[in-house]
Amino acid sequence: MKPFTYARPDDAAGAVDLVAGDPDAAFLAGGTNLVDHLKLGIASPTTLVDVTSLTSDRIDDLPPAHGDTDGGLRIGAAVRNSDLAAHGRVRAEYPVLAEALLQGASGQLRNMATTGGNLLQRTRCAYFGDRTTPCNKREPGSGCSAIGGWARYHAILGATHEPAGQACVATHPSDMAVAMAVLDAQVQVLGPDGERTIPLEEFHRLPGDDPTRDTVLRHGELITAVDLPAAPIATSSTYRKVRDRASYAFALVSVAAAMEVVDGPDGPVVADVRIALGGVAHTPWRATRAEDALRGGPATDEAFRAAAAAETAGARPIESAVGGNAFKVPLVAGTLAAALRTLAHDPSTDPTEEPG
Amino acid sequence: MDATLTLVVDGRPTTLTVDTRTTVLDALREHLDATSPKKGCDHGQCGSCTVLCNGRRVLACLSLAVAHDGDEITTAEGLAPEGERHAVQVAFLEADAYQCGYCTPGQICSAVGMLDEAAAGHPSAVSGDVAAPPTLDRTEIAERMSGNLCRCAAYVNIVTAIERVHAGETAR
Repeated sequence: MKPFTYARPDDAAGAVDLVAGDPDAAFLAGGTNLVDHLKLGIASPTTLVDVTSLTSDRIDDLPPAHGDTDGGLRIGAAVRNSDLAAHGRVRAEYPVLAEALLQGASGQLRNMATTGGNLLQRTRCAYFGDRTTPCNKREPGSGCSAIGGWARYHAILGATHEPAGQACVATHPSDMAVAMAVLDAQVQVLGPDGERTIPLEEFHRLPGDDPTRDTVLRHGELITAVDLPAAPIATSSTYRKVRDRASYAFALVSVAAAMEVVDGPDGPVVADVRIALGGVAHTPWRATRAEDALRGGPATDEAFRAAAAAETAGARPIESAVGGNAFKVPLVAGTLAAALRTLAHDPSTDPTEEPG
Repeated sequence: MDATLTLVVDGRPTTLTVDTRTTVLDALREHLDATSPKKGCDHGQCGSCTVLCNGRRVLACLSLAVAHDGDEITTAEGLAPEGERHAVQVAFLEADAYQCGYCTPGQICSAVGMLDEAAAGHPSAVSGDVAAPPTLDRTEIAERMSGNLCRCAAYVNIVTAIERVHAGETAR
């Protein structure tokens, strides 16, 4: 670990000034990702600016937006993952978010990890974390070891495969962010030029020609809060995660879904639906193709699987003798269908249920 | 770069000067002779360094000491008054909830923190309805303890020990 200076300014604006004015400075919050990266030598800031006590650790009710009867929630950036998952309104009104948080990491880590820090987690790609291997995200132009390597946890959508010096097939590891993607969350940011709001859907970026950048945040910009708009559809929402062990593991594939089903003349119909996928891309992946395929159509297992197929039509799995990821295409279909069956509340859509 | 800070370890405030790179785990083990928290993976993957920080279970290996100036750190040694045992420690003994013992101090601190979380009504990933108050059965205990690995695989008896404490079968 490289030596660093530790600073704890009096307020968030002071922290922003310190980091913005020093290209080698970094914010420190819960530390669950950054401290590990300091040890691994893949992050080496010369100044760490501790913001843990400088942003809100409260979850506040937001007033109703114009035309709405209910208001949403403002989640302070310093709110711990465990406190967010345990919050009464989150559990009752945004169950997808509570479920996603509880399926991430461990009890200890959830007590440490903050809302702001969770959004800024870096990929868990094994090659990114190993300085002895080429990685364009860590060392631009060095190549991508995951393409043709151990790519079990890697992207099938939106990745960069060519040219070799820009290739990146890393995935974003957060469960929380996948849930927030279907909640149309808004990220509140304080920067050297003042405040701005970034929709969560635009917050993370695909690798494109610069895989070193995970988000659209500029150096020195600090997340101060995440707003959840009121979302009646979210009362019927869920998070389903598939991983290599039953707990305390990152997602191979995950699905965040919210769905409203109404009765139609020929059976239940999808009135509205929101879907995001985890473990498949460099960002939480809002599955708009699948949503469009489902909206207004029958809420059947067949339709759920067809919607997944529409979303993954452009997938580019990685072939590898030591661990490719072509299995993710059918896994998305199965996981998405299972999540939506749970929300349809109708055993007739579930092929695993025997008719009574 | 050195920093001077105070940690309240098992009730005793201690001021020390350490390199800013020092984790809480290294501060405890290398500077304060508090060796019950163990260094397993040192990367937040095994849970053997688990301590309570201001009453909540955390990983000492991913905590920088300089960021915890003034915090109360409780290790397995400080859970009960000198010469006494905490109910979770008694239950681990009675249920034979360990083999080599290396992960045990972390398991015990984690169990103490976890029982408080459950008592506060926190749900888990296996709670059927995330909005409902949880019921702490064996499946819930196993899920909530998943951050503590035991390479001897004493899990069955670890869950039994915690189950007994929760049921009030072991006096605190």
